Amino acid sequence: MTTTTEAEPQPRPATGRGDRVFQGLATAAGITILAALAAVFVFLAIEGVPGIGKPASSYRPLESFWPYVGRLLFGTVLAALVALVIAAPFALGIALFISHYAPRALAVPVAYVVDLLAAVPSVVFGLWGARVLGPHLVPVHAWLDEHAGWLPFFAGPGSVTGKTVLTAGTVLAIMILPIITAICREVFVQAPRLDEEAALALGATRWEMVRLSVFPYARSGIVSAVMLGLGRALGETMAVAMVLSASPVYTLNLISSTNPATIASNIASSFQEATPDKLAVLIATGLVLFVFTFAVNFAARAVVARSEQRLRR
Amino acid sequence: MTTTLEEAPPRRPLTMTAPRLPGWAPVLVGVLAVCGSGLLALLAGWGAVAVFALAVLGFLVALPLWSLAVEGQRSATDRLMTSLVWTASGVAVVPLAWLVLTVVRHGLPEVNASFLTFDMRNVVGDQQGGIYHAIIGTLLVTLAAAAISVPIGLFCAIYLVEYGKGKRLARWVTFLVDVMTGIPSIVAGLFALALFVLLFGPEIRLGFGGSVALSLLMVPIVVRSTEEMLRLVPDDLREASYALGVPKWRTIVKVVLPTSLGGIITGVMLATARVIGETAPLLVVAGKTDSVNVNLFGERMTTLPVYIYYQFTQPGTVPFDAPPGTEAPGIARAWGAALVLIAIVMALNLVARLVGRIFAPGTNQKKG
Amino acid sequence: MKSTLVNARRTHRGIVPATIAALALVASGCGAANDSGGSDDRGSLAGGESLSGTLNGGGSSAQEAAQGVWRAGFQGENADVTVNYDPVGSGTGRENFLSKAYSFAGSDSALSADEGELAAAKERCGGEDPIEIPAYVSPIAVVYHLDGVDELNLSPETIAGIFDEEVTTWDDPAIAATNPDADLPDTAITPVHRSDDSGTTKNFTDYLAKAAAGAWGYDADGVWPKQSGEAAEGTSGLVAAVKSGDGTIGYADESQAGGLGIAAIGVGAEFSKPTAEGAAMVLASSPRTEGRADVDMAIDIDRTITDSGAYPLLLTSYLIACQHYDDANEAALVRGFLSYAVSPDGQQAAADQAGSAPLDAGLADEAAGIVDEIAGK
Repeated sequence: MTTTTEAEPQPRPATGRGDRVFQGLATAAGITILAALAAVFVFLAIEGVPGIGKPASSYRPLESFWPYVGRLLFGTVLAALVALVIAAPFALGIALFISHYAPRALAVPVAYVVDLLAAVPSVVFGLWGARVLGPHLVPVHAWLDEHAGWLPFFAGPGSVTGKTVLTAGTVLAIMILPIITAICREVFVQAPRLDEEAALALGATRWEMVRLSVFPYARSGIVSAVMLGLGRALGETMAVAMVLSASPVYTLNLISSTNPATIASNIASSFQEATPDKLAVLIATGLVLFVFTFAVNFAARAVVARSEQRLRR
Repeated sequence: MTTTLEEAPPRRPLTMTAPRLPGWAPVLVGVLAVCGSGLLALLAGWGAVAVFALAVLGFLVALPLWSLAVEGQRSATDRLMTSLVWTASGVAVVPLAWLVLTVVRHGLPEVNASFLTFDMRNVVGDQQGGIYHAIIGTLLVTLAAAAISVPIGLFCAIYLVEYGKGKRLARWVTFLVDVMTGIPSIVAGLFALALFVLLFGPEIRLGFGGSVALSLLMVPIVVRSTEEMLRLVPDDLREASYALGVPKWRTIVKVVLPTSLGGIITGVMLATARVIGETAPLLVVAGKTDSVNVNLFGERMTTLPVYIYYQFTQPGTVPFDAPPGTEAPGIARAWGAALVLIAIVMALNLVARLVGRIFAPGTNQKKG
Repeated sequence: MKSTLVNARRTHRGIVPATIAALALVASGCGAANDSGGSDDRGSLAGGESLSGTLNGGGSSAQEAAQGVWRAGFQGENADVTVNYDPVGSGTGRENFLSKAYSFAGSDSALSADEGELAAAKERCGGEDPIEIPAYVSPIAVVYHLDGVDELNLSPETIAGIFDEEVTTWDDPAIAATNPDADLPDTAITPVHRSDDSGTTKNFTDYLAKAAAGAWGYDADGVWPKQSGEAAEGTSGLVAAVKSGDGTIGYADESQAGGLGIAAIGVGAEFSKPTAEGAAMVLASSPRTEGRADVDMAIDIDRTITDSGAYPLLLTSYLIACQHYDDANEAALVRGFLSYAVSPDGQQAAADQAGSAPLDAGLADEAAGIVDEIAGK
């Protein structure tokens, strides 16, 4: 990621017509990216903003836009956080395994398996989550209800179908595992070799070496990896739409059959039968999701950019 | 950092080495943990998953405790973390294996020649239907998406590497490309829908809209991978070309791009593999139909992921006289299509890696 | 695209990408293997006129299965005809019919006079009254999954209590009172409702509001009025949810209820299970909506009927069309398709494949008579 550029070649002045055309094309492509992002916002706003003030029947069983999107946004964040809590420790562990713990013969296949996980289409995850994982997690729901019911997250009653935020969060966790692992792995590998060997030479155990010379170096990388994973989880659609039993509510209860939907899953499941009014409402919720994920990703990338700058100094 | 390290453990025994657990200790604890939990499970009548979970837990507790008793706290922590890291990696393999096995087990009986060459027109109940129209749709929509994103992505990367160094615009583009990789796919779909609805009215659904949405997701991936590949091209090559009086654009076309071609193709194929399985954007803008449609610019077009979704949500009815446990016919089709889709994605991934290896620098230069 | 990229660089390494491109070309060059033959024996249509063209309609997703059967039968008879039915929902279907995007619409509720739809439909049909015929009638079953209980009788009040989450365990006295012989466990009840806007929910809540005599405090609505409980998308999602849990109960078109326990609901002093005859009986004795033209067969379903064997928890879905169309071919297509749908063959095919209740002879004849009058201007 950090390419050290030594003594840049003196770029030839773009004089010939061919050069000018080519540079124009390249610059235009760069500008297209900016234009595309702006266009996403503009078109969603044009079609979506009227969705904020539609007649109450478009928001049934609620009455107006903000309560409607508020519950959805809450559900989106809740499911994404559950996914993060499950995925982050595993991702850190796997990344460490690949970068520092595993023998090479094992590190490569494990890295490959995690990458393959990223290649599985989300609709297949949804199918698997709804038909296989959900029913298998029902006993877990019952167990949590029985033994951890004093926590507001596991207040119960435990769902008998497994179509809960807990299941959806688990599926999401599997889906965001590869991206968090990949980024963490990259920053772990980049930790300065000299520091590591110095730590080992001073008699540190392997874990102490990791804690003292890898983690401080990788801290901002981990933070941004986790936030990028959060961004992914916020926008994931099909897996949640196929797994979750959704109602428009605010609840922290992860294991009961009453769960808040996420913005993306609500769009996917309400879309087919939407009247033009409802369509505008759904696009408006999409705009909210766009702004929210944009903010999260923006923050994550800014953290990375700042730390890269700091390291360069 | 160094201050903590200086706090070496008090050397009570007057030996030169600290006491260590023997090398076979983890194996012994592992075997004991499996046996112990197996015995408990036999008494309580639990399943295999519980035995496994209990064994892992037993190992995670027992080994550090033993180490604590013999080796002291630092080693115990080290052993605990090592075990945890290994466990995390082991557990990570479980979902993929479970998922792939499930898809193959449910999907394989469904996939046959008819399934691959039939569409769903006039298919009622559990008659033989197929995914032909969905495969066509997926190929066309994805190819069109690639046709849009590859030129844009390629030129954008060229701009960033060759022309934009140090410019404010380039910094913004780099940053926003990164941000763009995080756009939720459904938002891309809604964008394409909003765009075409504005142009053609609220009932518009077309395959090309799906391509536009997918290219929004694909462009940043192509830019990132191409950019990385272009940066790998040594500056010596460029300078040699300039020294011969070749204009910059010809240098790029004749020297830089051919040198990094393998990596660029790999990147493009990986990007294709990433978007070919997207469902949400196609669901909203490409719609679904039962029949083959080869016109990207007219009417609805079913793609494989959308096909899977609809077979899952509208699987048809189970006849009343069917034996209990019979699934609705759509569920089997959904598994079959999922198997085909996974196969396509994995194949693209493998081919991409293969291409990357064939074109890897070194072998590339030998031939002309 | 990959092949062009490679060619542009004048290398000869593009075997794999070229194969993909070639595959796509070959694939897009021919139709699906099962589309070649136009005629098969899936249905038979009276009348030998040869039709061609495309007929577009859409609306109720409850009708989708039946529409699939009718389209297959009709297209089987008329190889040059393509009928499209978009299951976009009743509301959108009616809107698209009014805007002339659809030639006909399927709708779970009749055109509403209060909201101006009837007037708009009149305008769309050149000043004439629109045609509304009940084409798809399906009893809604109260389905449950409870180990060890095969027969269950529930009064409308108890059903309302269960779905309002007032009655929470299966051994509740309200349930025990109507099931003296059953061995009811103390399992918790998990009521499952539809998460999407649906005609099934609308008819179910309408039934509860009218038949449960005050035990149900909500109005009829296609969106589930309560904000809690297990929710599932679509009929099949609901059935799958009920199947996968223990102690679950839900409501679904009877055709989809295979493999689940079906409760008998209280009608008068007796309990009846969903049957085609019971639904047809209710339909035949229910009054027509007041103030409608002769060609408009909108029905106010009598939810409080007490006749023995009747089953008032049912869904009626209409086909909406015009009496006359500007284009003679369009009129012929609508007439042909709709007459197949209400013909004994069409109704029987839908009953076999989609599990609907065939219209009784009186209603079917009346509908056929109305459809026969459709013509070009």
